[in-house]
Formats: sequence, structure tokens, C-alpha cells
Amino acid sequence: MGQISLDKVTKRFGDVSVIPPLDLRIEEGEFVVFVGPSGCGKSTLLRLIAGLEDVTNGRISIDGKDATGVPPAKRGLAMVFQSYALYPHMTVRKNIAFPLRMAGLSQAEQDKKVNAAAAVLNLTNYMERKPGQLSGGQRQRVAIGRAIVREPAAFLFDEPLSNLDAALRVNMRLEISELHKTLKTTMIYVTHDQVEAMTMADKIVVLNAGNIEQVGSPLELYKAPRNTFVAGFIGSPKMNLITGPEAAKHNATTIGIRPEHLGVSATSGLWQGVVGVSEHLGSDTFLRVSGTGLDDSLTVRAGGEVGLHYGDTVFLTPEMDKIHRFDAQGLRIA
Amino acid sequence: MARAVTTQRKALTTAAAWTAALLIFFPILWTILTSFKSEADAVASPPLWLGFDWTLENYQTVLERANYFRFFLNSVILSVGSTALGVLVAVPAAWSMAFVPGAKTKDLLMWMLSTKMMPSVAVLVPIYLIFIRLGLLDTRIGLVLVLMLINLPIIVWMLYTYFKEIPGEILEAARMDGATLRSEILYVLLPMAVPGIASTILLNIILAWNEAFWTITLTTTHAAPLTKFISSFSSPQGLFYAKLSAASTMAIAPILIMGWFSQKQLVRGLTFGAVK
Repeated sequence: MGQISLDKVTKRFGDVSVIPPLDLRIEEGEFVVFVGPSGCGKSTLLRLIAGLEDVTNGRISIDGKDATGVPPAKRGLAMVFQSYALYPHMTVRKNIAFPLRMAGLSQAEQDKKVNAAAAVLNLTNYMERKPGQLSGGQRQRVAIGRAIVREPAAFLFDEPLSNLDAALRVNMRLEISELHKTLKTTMIYVTHDQVEAMTMADKIVVLNAGNIEQVGSPLELYKAPRNTFVAGFIGSPKMNLITGPEAAKHNATTIGIRPEHLGVSATSGLWQGVVGVSEHLGSDTFLRVSGTGLDDSLTVRAGGEVGLHYGDTVFLTPEMDKIHRFDAQGLRIA
Repeated sequence: MARAVTTQRKALTTAAAWTAALLIFFPILWTILTSFKSEADAVASPPLWLGFDWTLENYQTVLERANYFRFFLNSVILSVGSTALGVLVAVPAAWSMAFVPGAKTKDLLMWMLSTKMMPSVAVLVPIYLIFIRLGLLDTRIGLVLVLMLINLPIIVWMLYTYFKEIPGEILEAARMDGATLRSEILYVLLPMAVPGIASTILLNIILAWNEAFWTITLTTTHAAPLTKFISSFSSPQGLFYAKLSAASTMAIAPILIMGWFSQKQLVRGLTFGAVK
């Protein structure tokens, strides 16, 4: 269970259209990530699915049944909020048990399910604490626990990791992915972080101004971005987009080349430039190369110990078969 | 140098605060002192501070002359009853204003509050006539209703302010967790707003306890609270300052003690959301 369809769904706040007519199908058991810049409508879309916002037009169905007018609690979905949204006056145990209590389960059944969820999430030792006595990661796990016990048709995550520090974010990312593998339940995950999207998703939905720019697997989006927006958004560091005569040579208005598809040489290559700022990550070095005669500086992904310094002259050569071509409308040329 | 200025400023602020506090407290202190004086000492000129013959005579006379405990009981019933009823009405109102506001919610709130600025006497005649018609004169239920209505704007406003501080996501989480509106308010919203609700209740009990205009006008004997008890001592037989002071002290003592013990809660509640 957990197949979700959106048919011509729109959302307006007064005169402002946040979601223009939008169609989307999420298959059972899929891990779908909505990604896009701030204000692109991804959280609104999630809240429409959750039932926390009413759709202006269109239809949302869950497991084939029309759920458009169904209140949130009756949709069989569970949501994990960005702020965790734990009940601060309740212990961890009571927080996790709350949906079961609302469903009228017996105390014995509640205990059984709460203990099982706590074991999965390593929360057993914190059950009598209140949210204020927990770390950010633990709070997030309680929020997930509260979602798990409901055994929902789908989990909805609204930027759940954005309040955590970088190290914890990586851990929780793995934990959520692990949870998806174990539970095999549909998960819809909203983030503005394309690294989260790439690492966790079975399917990524790239949103921009309420429109779906592209839907596909992380590798599909990486290898064949449908337009310049997706090309620039997916991949880190972002793709170099080049316009002008260099693009015209490839019969395109814009060409895109990812930083990892640019070869660097100190002696020869297609474009000559000067090394600007370098970011040393240990495993990789990101170089900003300017003065190539192109309309913008280029980002290059080089090896960890590249031996190039600020002001050095370098030569760059793109891997020709990895060049992406886009037309005047920014759409991919096959 | 900077340190000296700071210390000086601190001393000045402290002195100003003490002066203000003493000025506010002085009438109460003077009433309490007067209540222990004889009638002659009470009107002595120059006023006697502590060097007088302390006596409990006034208290004795006051207790003999009137049934203090009946008035006290009425005060308790009116203040607690009107506050409880007010909170019951105000919680849903404040909830809807805080969490599902309409375009005119702010205006509505301001309008509600503005009714507090209207002089009570302006509606005395209609209310008096309604009370006669409905047989509510000198009844506790009648006064509970009036006190509830006059304090309702403040209760709604205070609860609205506290509810606004509660993150909407928590209530949405409760909704996702299957809570009905009743469960959402009962199990999530109210427990989270406890400090605010407590201070609202305390403040409104104090306001209702001190309310004199309506309680004196609309009662004779049966539902008369302590305000009526005090006013009965400013009698036509002449001014008896010491006895009046004893009656006043007995009337304000319960609320003064309650306020004293709950001042931490009151201050916390009143500044709730003001400082993060």
C-alpha cells in the first residue's frame, strides 16, 4: 500500500498561484524526493498530500481512492516535520504513543508498538525523558518513531534534517534510507539539499516555481537533465553552463559540462585559464578557473593533490561525449 | 569610569523602582496600619506611624456587625465562577483566532478589547433592566455572567497571545496523529499553554475579586461579595476609618496573599512571549 496520484492538482493562496496544474504518480514503496530552491512549492505540495492544505483544484488519490477532501488523520499518512513538532510536555514514550492513543488502542498494544519502534530507533534508554532533554538527532528519531507506530501507507518528510549539524545529517540520512529498506513503505521527502536528494531517492522530482521540471532517478537527472534549470540544480558542484560562440560550435545556445568532466593539464588543452580560489576537500579539489575567454569562470573537479595554486595557468579540456546541449528555451537537445 | 557610571545608574534605577513600589503599596500599607488603630488614632493629626496602641477591636466589631464569611464565600464564587466560565468560552475563541484567523481577526480582537474602554455606567440602565426582567438581581449566577462578560475580552486577548506562541506545526502533527479538534485542544494545546492559562486565571480572579461597580450595584444581600461588605462600612452613621480599614484589609487579604504566592507565575505568564 502507498501508491499516491496527483491529477491536475493546483493550489492558490488568494491571487497567488503556488502550484499550477500538476500531475504526479508515486508508486508503492518508492522513496521520492521533492527538491528545488526555496519557495518552489515543494513543502506546499507535501502539505497538500498530507491534507494540511486544501487543494484549490484537482484530485489526490491514495491507493486508488479519492483522498482530496479527506482530513489528514484519515489519509493513513504520517509526517515528520522540519521542527520535529514533538509535544514538549510529554515524555518520549507518550510522544510516540500519541497516535496510538488517539486511535484508541489498548495500553498493552500501545506499549508493544512503542517499545518495538523505540528498539528500531535506539531510543529505549530515553523513553522517560522529555523532548527538551534530548539532542537534535534524538528528537528527530522520536519524530520518526511517532510516524512509524502508525504503520502509515506513506511517510512524508518535510526537510527533516535541516536543523541538524552536518555530521548528524549524514548519519540520519543513512538511518532514514536504512529504515526505508527495512519498512519498504512509500516515503516522500522534501529537501532543498540536492545531495540528500541524490543519495536517498529512488525518484527525484525537481520543482521550480510550482512546476515539475523533471522526474527521474538520480542518475537519469544527472546524466540527462531535461533543461538548464535541472542541469544547474542537480550535481555538486553545479554544472558549468556556457553560452556564446563556444556553445554555437556545438549547435546549441547553451552547453553544460560538469566539473568532473573537465580534464586539467598544466601544459595543453582546449581552454587556457588562470586558477582562482581552490577548495581542498582531501579527496577532491574544486578549482575556479577564470580568464578562459568564456563568459563565466569554470568550476573544475580535480584530484585531491592536484598541485595547482592561485594564479597558476592551466589548460582545460572537456570530455566531448559528456557535453550537454540546450536550445534557446533552455531545453535539452537530444 | 564606565563601571562607576553603571553602578551609579544601577543605584538610581533601584531607588526609582523602590519609590514606585512603595508609592503603589502605600495605600494598602496605610489601610492595614489604620485597621489596628483606635478610631481616634486613625484620624490623629499629624498621622501616627507605628507609635499607637495596637488593637484588634476593629476586627472584632466588623466580624460582629456583618457575616464576613458569607461575603467572602460570594467573592470566591463570583471570581472563580466568572473566570472559569470565561476561560471555557475564551479557549475556543482564542483557538480560532490564533490558528484559523480570518481577514478581520485582528479588528475583531481590537473591537473586543475596545469594549473595555467603555465606561460601565453607560450600560448600567440596560443591564439593570435586563436583570430585573430575568430575575437576576442579587443572584450569584447573574453576577457571574456579568463579571464573565466584562472580563472576557481580556481573557480572550491573553489566551490568544499565548496560543500564538505555540508553533502551528505541533498542532498539525497532532492532526496528522489522528487527534480530533477536541483532543488537539485538550491534550496538546492546553497543556502547552498552562503557564499562560494559569496567569490568565490568576489575573482574572483578581480583576473579578476587585470589581466593585457591578457587584455593588446589582446586589443587595444574597449575592453580595466583599466589595459590598466594605461599602457597607462607609455608613451613613459617620466615617469610621479604622473599622472601614479593618473591613478593607479583610476583603483584600485573601487576594493579596494569593497574588503574593503566585507572583512568579503571574509575572512569567504576563511576560510570556515578550522575552525569548
